[in-house]
Amino acid sequence: MQRLLRKARALWASEFAHNFRGNISAIVGGVIILFFVFIVAFGPSLVKQNPYEIASLQLTDAYKPPVWLSGGDPNYFLGTDGQGRDVLASIVYGTRISLFIGLSAMICSSLIGASLGLIAGYYGGRLDGVIMRIADVQLSFPSILIALFLMSAFGKGIDNILISLTCVGWVIYARTVRGSTLSEKQKEYVQAAKAAGLSNRLIIVRHILPNVVTPLIVVSTIQIGTFILIEASLSFLGVGVPITKPSLGLLVKNGFDVLLSGLWWTSVFPGAFIMLLVFGINLLGDFLRDELNPRLK
Amino acid sequence: MISYLIKRVFQMVVVLWVVSIIVFTMMSFTGDPTYMMVPLDATEDEIANARMLLGLDKPYIVQYGIFLKNILGGDFGRSFVFRQPALGLIMERMPATVEMVLVAMTLALLLAIPLGVFAGAYPQKKTSRGIMAGSLLGISLPNFWVGMMLIFILAVRFNILPSSGRGDTLRMMGVNLSILTPDGFKHIILPAVTLCFSTLAILLRITRAGMMEVMKQDFIKFARAKGATFRSVLFKHALKNVLIPVVTIFGLQLGDLIGFATITEYIFAWPGMGKLLIDSIYMGDRPVIVVYLMFVAFLFVIINFTVDVIYTLIDPRIKLR
Amino acid sequence: MTDTLLHIRGLKTYFHTFAGVIKAVDGVDFSVDEGEILGVVGESGCGKSVVGFSIMGLTEPPGRIESGEIRFNGVNLLDQDERKMRKIRGQEIAMIFQDPMTSLNPLYTIQDQMEEVMKLHSDMSAEQRKKRCMELLAEVGISQPETRLKNYPHQFSGGMRQRVIIAIALASNPKLVIADEPTTALDVTIQSQILKLMKRLVREHRTAMILITHDLAVVSEMTDKIIVMYCGRIVEKGTRDDIISRCRHPYTLGLLGSIPKLTSRQKRLLQISGMVPNIMNLPPGCSFAPRCDYVRDRCRDMPPELVDLEPGHKAACYYPVER
Repeated sequence: MQRLLRKARALWASEFAHNFRGNISAIVGGVIILFFVFIVAFGPSLVKQNPYEIASLQLTDAYKPPVWLSGGDPNYFLGTDGQGRDVLASIVYGTRISLFIGLSAMICSSLIGASLGLIAGYYGGRLDGVIMRIADVQLSFPSILIALFLMSAFGKGIDNILISLTCVGWVIYARTVRGSTLSEKQKEYVQAAKAAGLSNRLIIVRHILPNVVTPLIVVSTIQIGTFILIEASLSFLGVGVPITKPSLGLLVKNGFDVLLSGLWWTSVFPGAFIMLLVFGINLLGDFLRDELNPRLK
Repeated sequence: MISYLIKRVFQMVVVLWVVSIIVFTMMSFTGDPTYMMVPLDATEDEIANARMLLGLDKPYIVQYGIFLKNILGGDFGRSFVFRQPALGLIMERMPATVEMVLVAMTLALLLAIPLGVFAGAYPQKKTSRGIMAGSLLGISLPNFWVGMMLIFILAVRFNILPSSGRGDTLRMMGVNLSILTPDGFKHIILPAVTLCFSTLAILLRITRAGMMEVMKQDFIKFARAKGATFRSVLFKHALKNVLIPVVTIFGLQLGDLIGFATITEYIFAWPGMGKLLIDSIYMGDRPVIVVYLMFVAFLFVIINFTVDVIYTLIDPRIKLR
Repeated sequence: MTDTLLHIRGLKTYFHTFAGVIKAVDGVDFSVDEGEILGVVGESGCGKSVVGFSIMGLTEPPGRIESGEIRFNGVNLLDQDERKMRKIRGQEIAMIFQDPMTSLNPLYTIQDQMEEVMKLHSDMSAEQRKKRCMELLAEVGISQPETRLKNYPHQFSGGMRQRVIIAIALASNPKLVIADEPTTALDVTIQSQILKLMKRLVREHRTAMILITHDLAVVSEMTDKIIVMYCGRIVEKGTRDDIISRCRHPYTLGLLGSIPKLTSRQKRLLQISGMVPNIMNLPPGCSFAPRCDYVRDRCRDMPPELVDLEPGHKAACYYPVER
């Protein structure tokens, strides 16, 4: 316990924390993320309606505007959609789905991408050539098109989305990790370990991996945002999440149909939440990147 | 030089070939298109017949061979929906997409580079920090939502600009252009602005990052020691060096632009290739999807090649190898 | 009787970092006469390069000139605004940097970079500029100047790049050239060529030079006067002979003793024991005291001021070594 306290205090006084406190963007990013964590954890219990229980919906309450406009209803803070679903409640549930997909995709693609990158960087040779070739070809294609194409072939569904996002996202992890691996491989302590007879696997895990973690963290934070946006775009086009599990993107799509009639709250608010979420993640990611980059010091 | 060209062309062909295999394989899994071609009340025999005519009863390898042969002859099949040659459909709509992308690109460049240079040269200033926060917001925006917001505010609420469609065009050099007519111009602004947001933000960040790196270099200090003005240091010495990473990213961004153009076209009902693609995906119109993907792949290898050539123009140390 | 060109008094340049204040230059006085070559010697980190940048007004944040006076041609440079400094840089005072590989912009031709100085400080026509470039290249010993002008920096070797940089520095006939470790990054064989070239050129044009280096051997060949720096302060200064033959400060003694000499019968090189102290945590009293062989109690209390030993020869020591 004492050690934990000491470490916490050291962290608080460290340059990292000092820079964090002095950096408005980082603080704003942190606040935003905390806000979303709160929504995900406590949202459903705080919001009175579960928008997916058909029984709880009142069709007569359809298309009510937000509470501060005329016709608004304090029960439905941000208004309702065409089925009487509370927009705020939909957003709460939708955020969970969007965030879940973003995080899962990040974990999957980072695992696969980092492994491939490590293997390519460490073992080199033909394996490296092949992996990098594929990566290069894939990188020259817009990721959104690849994802779109894959989803049109696979069909809707969260597992399909995860597969598509992983197919699209592994490349940047592989490249980053491969780069770090290559530069670590040259270093003397790795040569020394090899000379001492350490097995390749041990060297990779014990020596190379820790040094690869830093760029990996930076890339991962930014990738979560990217994945959330891609999923939102796919869902908006109707090839993403199924109707039963509406992410924020799908909510926007549903609202798009009535936008031109002036019923704006069903699409504007979910979209704003997407933006806020990704913005918060990017703010933190940016800060992390500046902090963890020794070159800019 | 010639050997380089040959090498590049060979690489391009290989890439396109690989893409064709992938596209074909994926498309073969998207269900049986026979049902699209026959009337609803067709009998089993008629369906089997249709399948044979379409060549769908043959083994996949053979189908692929036929596919490849057709492509090389320029025949991408007929659209299931429009009953016209798929290639023709894409080509018809290509100018609209290209025009929108070019306008978006120009907007992005015109704004991103000066702002990025400023933010990179004076990173501590409040304005610079504001610009960076803005750019971060720019890359966090969902492209479709921005389009919708713009439509809602400018078209629905205030009715300044049209919400969809292309408007009038003027024919110049064999191509229909929107920007040459006032009505066309009004129609193209919103889609182009929507499209340029994320590219603008990314280019700005790259320019700034590049500037900050370059400003630390010795030759910048040396230029200042010669008595050069700060402006000439920025725009003459530093900028050229920054262009190299900027050009790289820009080439990649062009790809994303084309990708996001599909969504933008969908929102604004802009009659380009992207909208055609989305509609085709909904309706399972395979030939059109195939053409689109192959065309985009082709566009890409050209773009990559051009970017490499541009490098050699900027940096005398880089030779075409 | 030559005039004093540059007179520095009480110069203090500090760097304010997160970890603490680095007193890179902590109260430095010296002067340079017209046509004189002054050597500034010291180990890495002693502040000698910072002195050069301070004179040029090129210190970058977190560095800042805290106080002092830099009188050049009667004018205090620290009072000049940026516009006036720009006129002086390259025209009156020129600077040569350490690494020729990185001092030139890789994307522009040599001609471009040489003509830049001329465009900034004169009204020469394009022809005149080109002629001058060729003259300069010939002066620094680069053959085939016509073709070389169109080359890019990466097409030159290190030594040749440094020659080009010297040519650029001398292009406007400056009164003072500050050379910051001009030969450190070059091969040993090229080093003496470049140094000889520099000496000849500054003598011919009666340009003053401040030669900043860690290499005492270089300084013993090239200079008229020498100042020795340690941890941001001058520990000894005088004429070349004063320092090389009759140095009195223990640090200078150590530096000289550590030069291997072909002719002497020394069996072992003299070594200065200990390490340079942490610049943010300097000991009270004389900064050299922890490593000094002659240290006494008084040395650890207060840092010594420079005292006159002979006319023009000073050392900052309470107990200068007897000769």
